[in-house]
Amino acid sequence: MESFFTRFKNVLVLVAVLLAQTIALAIQVRRPVESGAPDGNKVTLIRYWVVAAVTPFERFFLGFGRNVRGGWSNYVDLRHTRQQNHDLQNEIAQLRLEQAALAEDAMQGHRLQALLDFQHHYVATTVAAQVIGTSGTDLSRVLYIDKGSKDGLKPDQAVITPDGIVGKLRDVFPHTAQVLLINDQTSGAGVLLATTRIRGILRGSATGHIQINNLTPDSRIKPGEQALTSGGDQVFPRGLKVGTIESIAPDPDHQPYTLITLRPAANLFQLEEVLIITGTQSELPEQTKKDLAIGAVTAEQQAEAARIAAAEAAAKSAAQIVADRLPSLHDPDNPDADTANSTDPTAPKPIGGIVPKPQPTLHPDRYSPGSAPPATSLTPGAPHSTEAIPRNNVEDDTSNQPSSTTNPPSAAPKKTPKTATPQTQPQTQPKTESQPN
Amino acid sequence: MATHSYTSRRELEQHSFPPAVALLVPLAAIVLQALLPKPFPKLAILDLPLIIAVFFAVSRRNPVSGTLTAAAIGLLQDALTNQPIGVNGMAKSVIGYVAASIGIQVDVENMTTRLVMNFGFSILNSILLFLINHRLLGQPGAQILWVHELIRAAVNTLVALPIFMLLDHTKRLD
Repeated sequence: MESFFTRFKNVLVLVAVLLAQTIALAIQVRRPVESGAPDGNKVTLIRYWVVAAVTPFERFFLGFGRNVRGGWSNYVDLRHTRQQNHDLQNEIAQLRLEQAALAEDAMQGHRLQALLDFQHHYVATTVAAQVIGTSGTDLSRVLYIDKGSKDGLKPDQAVITPDGIVGKLRDVFPHTAQVLLINDQTSGAGVLLATTRIRGILRGSATGHIQINNLTPDSRIKPGEQALTSGGDQVFPRGLKVGTIESIAPDPDHQPYTLITLRPAANLFQLEEVLIITGTQSELPEQTKKDLAIGAVTAEQQAEAARIAAAEAAAKSAAQIVADRLPSLHDPDNPDADTANSTDPTAPKPIGGIVPKPQPTLHPDRYSPGSAPPATSLTPGAPHSTEAIPRNNVEDDTSNQPSSTTNPPSAAPKKTPKTATPQTQPQTQPKTESQPN
Repeated sequence: MATHSYTSRRELEQHSFPPAVALLVPLAAIVLQALLPKPFPKLAILDLPLIIAVFFAVSRRNPVSGTLTAAAIGLLQDALTNQPIGVNGMAKSVIGYVAASIGIQVDVENMTTRLVMNFGFSILNSILLFLINHRLLGQPGAQILWVHELIRAAVNTLVALPIFMLLDHTKRLD
């Protein structure tokens, strides 16, 4: 017996080691196992020991690297800072404009949600953390951050960057925590396609891509469409950026489903700082409300300014068109007359610009403008009175025009039509006067 | 006059290492492996703990020692991932045992042998991980990407050669 153990000592040790680890695996992998779920207490303890041994080194190297980088960037590499500052100020101005444009829509959307009694969870509190390390293997896409349960972190809290979602907390230790990235094979998130409003489930792949593989082919889904969090997974609040559809292909393993590959909004392969969402609320945060209010006011001011500018441009263009079509409005002999009239600040400006008035005819006849009586004054069966030209109409028309619209005397010398055609007063004239307006 | 009679390569060239080296080098490999992919994401393809496990196994030429050292390194590696603890431990246990067994039979100081050995163990490690994940744990997404694994093996081999040469200086002949 002794010789057996001596002879097969090496193999027996190997078998014993493998057996022990197989049993350990069997204990850890309980069914039904929840994908990406944190470990049990015993496993967490083992991980905690290892993480506690490794993270001090990671913190040291991170701090060392940060100090070196800080020394370089704060003291040595200050070239182009002024230019960068200028560029950033321009960017802020641009962002303010964009914020103003979006604020009205946001306010409107918020009001509509309130009307529908829609329960929306907004990000209320976040904790910023530095990424200090990785799992070290591409088979397990996890990160380690320098904040833990002492900072208020708990498992299953969402981890994001300003660009988009990153993942969720898996194991949380006192001073560090493990982040399961969304491109890990065991990761998952509920997503919503931005334009088509189709819901799907996002999963990580072995190659580190993020994919939606539970949708059947749909011609409305196109590359370039954005995916947002749907909020259905109870981890990520609704409306956070996930990524953009990169490709759509049939899933060879699961027909007839499609494999929609997305490009993550956040750079998952090179993260420095992340935000952990530690609290959500159903109302907008106060600061956001203030920002939205400021944005709405700015948007209103911009809209008002745009309206005024558009009205001025329209008036100007109408006047310009008329001036181009009727060159006689401009007296070449007296160019100052137009200027004098148009620059009179007290003169009331008609809405829609100046309407030109036809010049009085030198020799009016029955075809001249204003010579025909109005249709309302005509009586069916009455004697033909086409020759009864109301000579005073022309005069009245010209005299009733406002001063700003009348032509200057030099430009249109007024002729008295009364002397040209001594006609009798038309019979219909009193009738016309008695007509109600 | 005392005479030595060596009956195998194991007795001829069995090395040991100072405790500090035996402890710190695997730990340094694990820390580096966790740190490097942060600034250089492509370096996640490396497997420094595997290289160290192979080196200690072939240098000691003792299958028991090789198995236990590699198992410990694999378990430490597992603890930093989100996988169940034991996946890398099992794969590296087998590799430690095989590497130590090979070390008894062939001259592992030779550069060509080291090159072929590291390439082969990297591929074996990938196959073992796939089998454990797919067969033992029943993970549906587990797959083996051959091109990726061949690149991984080539990169690991290239990195392993200078590391082996560096660690050769820490050997003590028993």
